[in-house]
Amino acid sequence: MNALIVSPLLIPLATLVATLLVRRSPRAVRTISLAGALALTAAGLVLVGLAAQGQILASQAGGWAAPYGITLVVDRLSAAMVAITGIVGAATIVFAMARDEDPARCRDFHPLVHGLLVGVCGAFITGDVFNLYVWFEVLLVGSFALLVLGGGKRRLSGTVVYVVLNLVATMMFLLAAGMLYGASGSLNMALLAQAFAADEVPATAHAAVVLMLTAFSIKAALFPVFGWLPASYHVAWTPVSALFAGLLTKVGVYALIRLVTLFWPDAGIAHEVLLWVACATMLIGVLGAAAQVEVRRILSFHIVSQVGYMILGLAIATPLALAGAVFYLIHHIVVKANLFFIGGIAARLTGSERLAAMGGLYARAPWLALLFAIPALSLAGIPPLSGFWAKFVLVKASLDASAWIAAAVALVTGIFTLLSMSKIWNEAFLKPHPGGAGGEGGGGLRSADGLQPALWAVGTLAAMTVAIGLAAGPVMDYAVAAAEQLAAPAAYIDAVVRAGGN
Amino acid sequence: MEILVSLTVGALVAIGIWMMLDRGLLRVVLGVVVLGNGVNLAVFSAGRLDGRAAAFVTEAGAPALAANPLPQALVLTAIVIGFALFVFALAVLKRSWELHGKVETDLVTAVAEEPAPDLPPQGDKA
Repeated sequence: MNALIVSPLLIPLATLVATLLVRRSPRAVRTISLAGALALTAAGLVLVGLAAQGQILASQAGGWAAPYGITLVVDRLSAAMVAITGIVGAATIVFAMARDEDPARCRDFHPLVHGLLVGVCGAFITGDVFNLYVWFEVLLVGSFALLVLGGGKRRLSGTVVYVVLNLVATMMFLLAAGMLYGASGSLNMALLAQAFAADEVPATAHAAVVLMLTAFSIKAALFPVFGWLPASYHVAWTPVSALFAGLLTKVGVYALIRLVTLFWPDAGIAHEVLLWVACATMLIGVLGAAAQVEVRRILSFHIVSQVGYMILGLAIATPLALAGAVFYLIHHIVVKANLFFIGGIAARLTGSERLAAMGGLYARAPWLALLFAIPALSLAGIPPLSGFWAKFVLVKASLDASAWIAAAVALVTGIFTLLSMSKIWNEAFLKPHPGGAGGEGGGGLRSADGLQPALWAVGTLAAMTVAIGLAAGPVMDYAVAAAEQLAAPAAYIDAVVRAGGN
Repeated sequence: MEILVSLTVGALVAIGIWMMLDRGLLRVVLGVVVLGNGVNLAVFSAGRLDGRAAAFVTEAGAPALAANPLPQALVLTAIVIGFALFVFALAVLKRSWELHGKVETDLVTAVAEEPAPDLPPQGDKA
């Protein structure tokens, strides 16, 4: 049992070491890397299977009982996040196999991706505040190196912005963790939740949690502290920015959901603030996207606005709203990573990612147009795709909670998202390519040779989006059950306390 | 003692933030380090400062004059991580210097905001 709980950490870590050992052979690196990501997916799915039965797995590192050992906990939400991390990781690795002509980049890319996955999975399964900080740092180090991978002025400049702002955020987190320990004498989330529930903590502990949530808000790119995201995501190599788009902000969202549901399970002033922040995030994000003229920049701003939806679910805090947030997380990670992938393929075919210099894809590459349409419409919330159900549940939860403004903002944001997606559609797909009729692929386009792995990755994720949309029932049942666990932290606390040491 | 440490933390954080508002990127990175040290000191002070006895818990209970060793362990971890990140930031800074000849925050933002470069014409490696 313990081996299964730590497997989301051990598998990427072992893969990282293995890829370093065989780094002279790019083929071996790719094979091991893919195998590692698939193994992580399998482990995640096994965890989902166990968690779906309603049990909360908990383990104490080193065999020390709760306040002393570092607790690892896997409940429904954590298990789902680990599984989806494995899937997006595998898709990224497959995508990166497409016509990779830079052996040095391939050699460095794969170990770093697994380093990032260790940090992401660790953040999802830890039950200890300081340990969460350490996992944040692990994924941060991996993301720094991945972002700058390939070099060049533009990429380096984006990395500087990303590095400085993320360092400040992690320092806030560290300070908050120290304050929380000073005020409450514990860093174990379950024990802290107990103390918060019994009202045994001084006011400084609440202040520390507020500071911590601010740090997570920077990580999750909430209004008004999202500035680093659209300033840096568009400079990275395509697979890297897709991986970031899918996973990184969602770690911040996960941490927000976890801490708020544990420490402040009843709706209070924090939820009210989060509600307004969520509304502002949705609107500002989508309006920012409207001003952009490059594919990845548009998509970057949409990450911001989509994160607002998840926080909306957290802020309303009814079980239905939380279920909506969980469903949104699952759906969004797949869709957003896929859109970045497709943007990358489109840029490879048209020779640019500026909308003005793109075009002609619908005529020459209708398969890509279809693959784009699925996640794009899903993002905007068109039935029967996955985004529709996610938005439907969140809007319904807002209406049930009489949060009329939030519901209105969510709907308006959906319309603007659709406008934004149709902008990409018109510019990149419908209009003729400005370069004329030349090019290997005809119509001014370049050849699609060597892109097959990328198409496999994109096709699989698109199929998942359709599957989540068509089979929304089971996924929503799982999300509702996960939300019930979140809304009643007693079981979580109980599982941690019961998992004593040896 | 706690007062003195608190004031030091406040001063370090203030200096750190002031440096981070500077136009020069080197100062910004150094500001991050100063801020980080302020934060480390704050975490350290969470475990009482007047530790004059080793923090060994015996059957008689915890010694009265011992400081809590946990924040000390946390700070050690944070220092190591912070050092690694600082080194990375310096490496990025050095490379920026090599590419641009100067490192100013405005320049960095301007370069990152440049329109995406088009792929080179066909025939070359993309």
